[in-house]
Formats: sequence, structure tokens, C-alpha cells
Amino acid sequence: MTNISQTLAPEDARNAAREVRRQRLKAFLFVVPLLVFLIFAFVAPITTMLYRSIYNPTVANLVPETLTALEDWSGEGVPDDAVLIQFATDMKRMANDRTSGQLADEINRALPGMSSVTKSTARDLRRVEDTDIATNGAALLLEADDRWGEAATWRAIRDAGAIYSASYYLTSVDLERDRDGNIVQRDTQIYVQLYTKTLKMALIITGLTIILGYPLAFFMAHASSGLANFLMVFVLLPFWTSLLVRTTAWIALLQTGGVVNSTLQWLGIIDEPLELLYNEFSTILAMTHILLPFMVLPLYAVMRGIDSSFMRAAISMGSSPLGAWSKIYLPMSLPGLSAGALLVFIISIGYYITPALVGGTDGQMISNIIAFHMQVSNNWELAAALGSLLLLLILVLYWLFDRFVGTDNLKLG
Amino acid sequence: MKDLETDTFLRFDNVKKSYDQKNLVVKGFDMDVKQGEFITLLGPSGSGKTTVLMMLAGFESVTSGDIAISGQSINKTAPNKRNIGMVFQNYALFPHMTVAENLAYPLSVRKMPKAEIKERVAQYLALVELSDFGNRRPGQLSGGQKQRVALARAMIFQPSLILMDEPLGALDKNLREQMQFEITRLHKQIGFTVIYVTHDQTEALSMSDRIAVFNDGVVQQCAPPSELYERPVNAFVADFIGENNFIAGEVTRTADGFAKVKTDAGTIAARPAEGLRDGAACRVSIRPEKLFIHPTDHAYDNALTVKFNTRIYVGDFIRYYFELPDGTDIIVKVLNDLAAPEFDEGAQAQLLSLAKDCTAFPA
Repeated sequence: MTNISQTLAPEDARNAAREVRRQRLKAFLFVVPLLVFLIFAFVAPITTMLYRSIYNPTVANLVPETLTALEDWSGEGVPDDAVLIQFATDMKRMANDRTSGQLADEINRALPGMSSVTKSTARDLRRVEDTDIATNGAALLLEADDRWGEAATWRAIRDAGAIYSASYYLTSVDLERDRDGNIVQRDTQIYVQLYTKTLKMALIITGLTIILGYPLAFFMAHASSGLANFLMVFVLLPFWTSLLVRTTAWIALLQTGGVVNSTLQWLGIIDEPLELLYNEFSTILAMTHILLPFMVLPLYAVMRGIDSSFMRAAISMGSSPLGAWSKIYLPMSLPGLSAGALLVFIISIGYYITPALVGGTDGQMISNIIAFHMQVSNNWELAAALGSLLLLLILVLYWLFDRFVGTDNLKLG
Repeated sequence: MKDLETDTFLRFDNVKKSYDQKNLVVKGFDMDVKQGEFITLLGPSGSGKTTVLMMLAGFESVTSGDIAISGQSINKTAPNKRNIGMVFQNYALFPHMTVAENLAYPLSVRKMPKAEIKERVAQYLALVELSDFGNRRPGQLSGGQKQRVALARAMIFQPSLILMDEPLGALDKNLREQMQFEITRLHKQIGFTVIYVTHDQTEALSMSDRIAVFNDGVVQQCAPPSELYERPVNAFVADFIGENNFIAGEVTRTADGFAKVKTDAGTIAARPAEGLRDGAACRVSIRPEKLFIHPTDHAYDNALTVKFNTRIYVGDFIRYYFELPDGTDIIVKVLNDLAAPEFDEGAQAQLLSLAKDCTAFPA
């Protein structure tokens, strides 16, 4: 009998390793389509967004020579005539290229009112001969508008010319740099307040879905399976209806002459119609309704797995039903509760459609401001910075959740 | 109403239960249990035994009748005030608590001082031989260990009564036997009263003081294991408990406490069951191990002529399959020793039995 070796022969080891490699390759091939999709649909847009929030080459591309000339400027008083002439030349070129509007938008962001100044100056300079600008550009510029003689204007152009800048992040937390480069509070406080309000509303919505969803899930988990399935249809019904339809249904219910107000008035409970729509109340109400299934489903899945014998055991040992629930059932249903809460909270933090439709000005959330900067004010960089901060906020909250509750405890079904 | 015996601890008095307001699941259950008795409710699934247990624990209401502990009706007592320990089939150990916390739960509910709880938990962990496992979670225990924790948890608050609902149902055969021994040991040592529900008759026979055999919501027979096995009162019990052969026949006459039954394979003298009448059709039951194959040294009263079919080698014994003239199978268990006979297929054989081992039931 040959001796049986405890160690693997080199050939066997190679075979085993090849087998492992083959299995890994197979596993990889299974996920390739999804991976490609994710890279295009998820990783790339997010990376672009993150990059966009610090990278803005518009001004640098429009007036590169002016910016180079401005480098030597002290930042006080009016820059040299050479700078002004260069800028006037650029302005004429841009007026002819029809790109002066872009510059106008960029400068206007730092100095409100500069948009029309820039545009009208560009119009004036278009008619002037090149030679005239080369000799007399500075005077022409100052003649076109007084503000070209102010240091603040040139500082704005110089700052807007930076290709990489954290200023959008400062703006999105209501901060800015003053003349000396110190970080100070902005005069108008918008975004921090909005983030806080968004968090507050998300918390309220999560709390409401727990209050409404937990007893329902408990009842369904302990009902006969026929009744539970029947009720499940009603829980899932919102999923099968368009989000827009559901939200507009709320408008029909809540508006001044809507179902709720007219019913209350008909019953004589109120004299004047209540302001139910286009405020925080309507946003929270509609979002709670829309997000309720996200709370009920994980809760139901977890509760379904909790045998009734646990409660019975606790009660047989002398615990009151309420005590047994809080000491035994609640901790056992916690995985579903935390999964549902996390789901609802994160979804509601970034929710857009419902606040946009029923929120009015009062019920706007951070995503609505992001959309505003994307679509209306064309400030994509600020939108990207706000979006990145939102992403960061969610990651931090998730980390906190993992820290204190533990994601091992999550159970989505 | 029966007389209240002085040593009756738990009494069921004509207890009935209906879930759907039409059909009774439990049809008038009567039983008196003495302090320290080990009572098993045995029956096929759906026979109402678990319902009786749940009514006793208070998780199901009693439709009519009365359940009393020490002469006090508990029908209206909330389940958490009944002071009844319970062991569940799935153990129902709280997964988010350690073993020690599980054991401490009923004590902390009773607001026992912390030091005393600790002492008592250690004592009961030692009792079920799990002293080193106090800090484990139930998920880290084997099935048998979980079962022992569940037992200790049901005993630790010293309840007046411990209910066990198929507690060994989830264990494999070896562990099951070990745990049967364990439960019997604890029962003897501590002396608590047990109501035990199972559908496993071996378990019931080996552990109980008395067994109540349930079928269709009615107790068929309530008796100690040996009586149940040896002297079943009706054909259901004879068939349900252990293995049995049934031979169809006709009662010719009854004399000296024995009935003469005429069958196709010969005449049998058998103990008559209640309700047996002369001249009526009947079924005679004989246990496979109470039949002997001719030739044998055993004394016998009855002889049956049968045809050999086949034999199956089981290990410690051999099962012989014979056939009666009417085609009914007869099984005989023979110890696997040198005396175990060989037959050719279709050979004639004589099966011998004692009259006291045969019972004739009305058909």
C-alpha cells in the first residue's frame, strides 16, 4: 500500500486552483450585464455629478486671455487698461459668437444684476471696430457701464474663472468667502434650513409610517393567510397605481374646493375652507401614504416569521401581554422595523415629485431646490454640490444606523 | 358531576370547545389529575388534544364546562396569572436573549431580587447540566440543549403545573430517547405535575403515569400504559397503541369470562370487550409478539391455520407475514434467535396464542 500523503500533490493543487478560477469566472459572467448597466446608469452619473460640483470651466474657456491678464491684478481698484482692452476684445468676440449670455449668467451668480450689464455691453462692443477696441477698449468698456469700473466686478470675474472651486459647496451650506478669503455666513440663509426641514419631514414621515404600518403588519401577520393576502392587495395597490395619479388624487381631495373642505363645510364644522394643500401638511400626508408599503412589507415579512409561541411562552411565564410585546415581540420584529424605517427615511429624504406637486413653497424639500437649479437657474454646479451633500448626508445616516442598530439586523423579506 | 376526590389537583369537568360555532373539537372532556402525576394526551393530529392543552394554558377560551386547579375554577383567569409552565415544540426560546436571560425572564417578570434570580438561574442551569452555557444565545445551541433550556425555563418559576406540547417532536430518535429519560428524571426529582401532549405512542408509553387516548374530540381510554397496551377498551385504542392484528369472526358464546369466536382460520377464545354480544360479528385483536409459530414450548389456548407469505429481517427480530384464508395479513414478531423458523413460500403454518392475549371487539 502506498503511503497516503496529507499534503496535496502540486498537480492536484493546480487542478483545484483551476476549478476555483473557473467558478469565479462563471460567477463574474453572471453579473457582467448588471455591472455594465450599473456603471453607465449609476457610477458614471454620480461621478460626473461629484466632479461637476467642483469643476466649472465655462468662464475659463470663454475669457482665457482676460483671466491670464487678471492674474497680476492686486484685487483693489480698477485693473490695468491692458486687462480692460483684452476683456473688451473678448466681449466683442463673444458677442459675435453669441456666447456672451453664458458669461453673463456666470457673473450674475456672484453679482446679481450683472447679467443685463454684460449683455448690453456685449451688444455695444459688437458694433465697434477691432482697431478701435485695441486702442480705446478700456474707455469704451467704462463708458458702456459704470460697473466695469468697480473692483467687485473684476473680483467676480476672476473668481468665476477658477476651473476647480469649492465655492459651490460653501454656497450649499450657506457660506461664502469674503474679500480676504475668509469663510463667512452668507446674507441669505437657504440651504441649511432646507436640509434641516427635509430631515425633519423625513423623520415625521418615517414616524407616521411606523405608527400606521406596525399595527397593520402585526394584524396581517397573525390573520389567516386568506385574510392576510386580501389585505396585502390593499397594501400593494398604491404600487400598482401611478405615482402621479396618487399625488394628483390628493390635490383633488385637499384643494380649497376639494372633497375634504366641501364635506367639512357641508357638515358645518368649518366656515372657511382650510388651507390643506400646497404646504408641509399636504406633503407629509401624501408622502406618508405613498411610502407606507415600504414600511409594511418588511415588517410583515419579519412578523410572519415570528411564531405565536414566543408571545405565548412569555405570557405563560407570567408576563402581561403588553410586557411580552415590548420585551419579546418588539425586539424580534426590530429587523423589519429598522429596515422599513431606513427605507422610508432614505426615500423620503430625496423625494421630489410629491413635494413638487403638493408642496407649494412651504413643503419644498432639498430635491426640489436641486431640480430648480438644474432646470430654472441653470446652475448645474450648485445642483451637483447640493446633490453630493445629500448623498453624503444619507451615507452618514446609514453609517450611524449601522453603528447603533447594525445592518446585520436588517431584513427586507 | 363526579365526587371531588380530596387529592384531585387538576380537574376537567365536561369541557367542550368549538371554534366555528357548529362543530365541537373537544366533546366533553373529563379528567382528574393528582398532584405530581405525569399525564399524557395521546392521539392523532386533529383529535383535540392540543386544544385541551391550550384551554388549560388559557390561550383558548372554554366553550362550556370547567377547568379547576386545587378546586378553583381557572376559566376566567388570564393566562399570565395561571402560574402554568409551558414547553413548546419549537422551544420558543427568545433568540435575542442569552440562555441565562431566558431563564431569568419569568423571575424578573415576578420582580424577584437580582441576586436571587442569579442564584436560581445557576441552580436550574446545573439541573439541566448546562452550567457553562448561560452566556450563549439559543441560536448557538443544539436541539437537545435548546430543549433542556426550554424545560428549565418552564420549571424555574416553580409553576403548579407544566404543560408540554410535543416537546420532542423536532428531535431525532436518539436525542428523543435521551430527552425522554431527562424529562422523567426531572419529573421524579422535582415532583411537578405534567400534562404532556404527543402523537408518539412510544414516548407516551415510556414516560406517563396515565395516558388519555384522544380520537375525534373524545377520550377513548384513560389508563396507565400497561393497561392501555394489554387491555384496550375498544378497537381504536387497540389499533392506535402499538401494532395489532385484527381477525374477523363471529361470537358463538361467552362463558367463564371468555368469548368463543369462530373464524375462517379456527376458533379463538378471547377476552370480550364491552358491548360484545353472542352471535354478532366481531374483530379479535392479537399483538404480533403474542403470537407463536408452531412448534413451540409456549402454553397456548388458540391455534390458527395460516399461509406463509414472507419474512422481513429487521435485526433484533424477524417479522413474519402470514395470510388468513380471507386474505387478511397477520404479522408475527419473532426474536432473532436459533428458534426462528424457515418456511417455503405458501407453506401452511400454525399460529398459537393465549386466550388472555386476545381481545374480541364488536365489529
